[in-house]
Amino acid sequence: MCLGIPGQIVEIIDVTKNLATVDVSGVKRQVNIACIVDENHSVESCVGDWVLVHVGFAMSRINEEEAQKTLALLTELGEAQKEVEAILLAQAQAQTEATQ
Amino acid sequence: MKYVDEFRDPVLAQKLIVEIEQLTAQILKENKRFADRPIQLMEFCGGHTHTIFRYGIEQLLPKSIELIHGPGCPVCVLPMGRVDDCVSLAERPEVIFTTFGDAMRVPGSKKSLLQAKADGADVRMVYSPLDALTLARKNPNREIIFFALGFETTMPSTALTVLEAEREGLDNFSLFCNHITTVPIIKAILDSPNMQLDGLLAPGHVSMVVGEAPFNYVAGTYKKPIVITGFEPLDIVQSIWLLLRQLAQGQCLMENQYARIVPRDGNQPGLAAIARVYQLRDFFEWRGLGSIDDSGVRITDAYARFDAERKFPVPNIKIADPSSCQCGEVLKGEIKPWQCKVFGSQCTPETPMGALMVSSEGACAAYYNFGNLPELMALKEKAEVAK
Repeated sequence: MCLGIPGQIVEIIDVTKNLATVDVSGVKRQVNIACIVDENHSVESCVGDWVLVHVGFAMSRINEEEAQKTLALLTELGEAQKEVEAILLAQAQAQTEATQ
Repeated sequence: MKYVDEFRDPVLAQKLIVEIEQLTAQILKENKRFADRPIQLMEFCGGHTHTIFRYGIEQLLPKSIELIHGPGCPVCVLPMGRVDDCVSLAERPEVIFTTFGDAMRVPGSKKSLLQAKADGADVRMVYSPLDALTLARKNPNREIIFFALGFETTMPSTALTVLEAEREGLDNFSLFCNHITTVPIIKAILDSPNMQLDGLLAPGHVSMVVGEAPFNYVAGTYKKPIVITGFEPLDIVQSIWLLLRQLAQGQCLMENQYARIVPRDGNQPGLAAIARVYQLRDFFEWRGLGSIDDSGVRITDAYARFDAERKFPVPNIKIADPSSCQCGEVLKGEIKPWQCKVFGSQCTPETPMGALMVSSEGACAAYYNFGNLPELMALKEKAEVAK
């Protein structure tokens, strides 16, 4: 019920009604963007923005900086590094064996 | 897909699991209270429950961590009487009753919306409340009712739809408002004497609308760690790790794991629309949980003409759940879905008795579809024999 899906705004359809076309994994759909428009973001300026779409409404602009920070935090988990290397090594070996 | 694939990376998940194992060992060693019980973490949101089962996250975690599946599935907590109200509205000849797909199969005392449709009522499944508005434009001689359901995540969309109907002067459009609020229900869970939660995964998309502040009380007043959590498998595993890190360090903080989507102050245009169109109800009835103060909203007097409850007669009769149904105990985390008397026998996703078996976000449907069913049924049989 509360799920959302990321999409990119590709075109503004109607400025008064806050309507835009959003590309969600190659599927284009009309979406209301009233929730991501404010004094810093005019309707027209939203083209190209990545947003989270929920029941036909763009509910949040995806914050790329925060996304990168979260991912960096995950990648930097130091102590488990050896385990990961072991997994990668095992995967690489399995792949080599499979191709032989 | 943007920031979806990244948060499904199995190598990163594996790294986190190793960290989780180490933290769990440390917590168990340093805290006597876990000598005879597991570390209990609740994911409130049905969307999280779905991800946890779909990706088998529970099986990856150490045995001493127990995930309790919360009541954050709006379809699951809808009382049977409200479904009857929907059917009654849908059966009016002038009405086109529109709803999200999730609600179609929820059983009422006599029938579901799907059965009402089969009996001739004009019930239509829509993806967005805006699709219902389009129907209102195209059918000026019919009354279009949209079944507004869901937590704060969905409220801006239905509120903005009402505002658009007002702008266009579409008087043949109304909402049957059953929106519910998150904070009162989390409080009710934390106040429940049978509940010993050690941490909470807060609903990411509710937070996207309401912001971080409404969840501060969990850490502040109740002294429980809480983490606002996204919906990809890595989001959930990372948030569990964050909760454990707090437990290991003896902290109780409100953290935001899902900052790529959840701004600290939430969504201001969305909150403004909610404030214009909705006001709190004194109380709202939840399936299995009873009546909870301030836990639902209704349409304000200024927008009364878009309120299906005021526009049409609604029976509003309270109907008790079938006595064999144990949805309430499952919702409160008192029993596991497979421990319910009718799980997997009279109640299955094809012929659901309780709402928890209907929605893909319901705990029972998750156990049925993604759990090890033969093993669960064997456990159930064993428990019944023991009785």
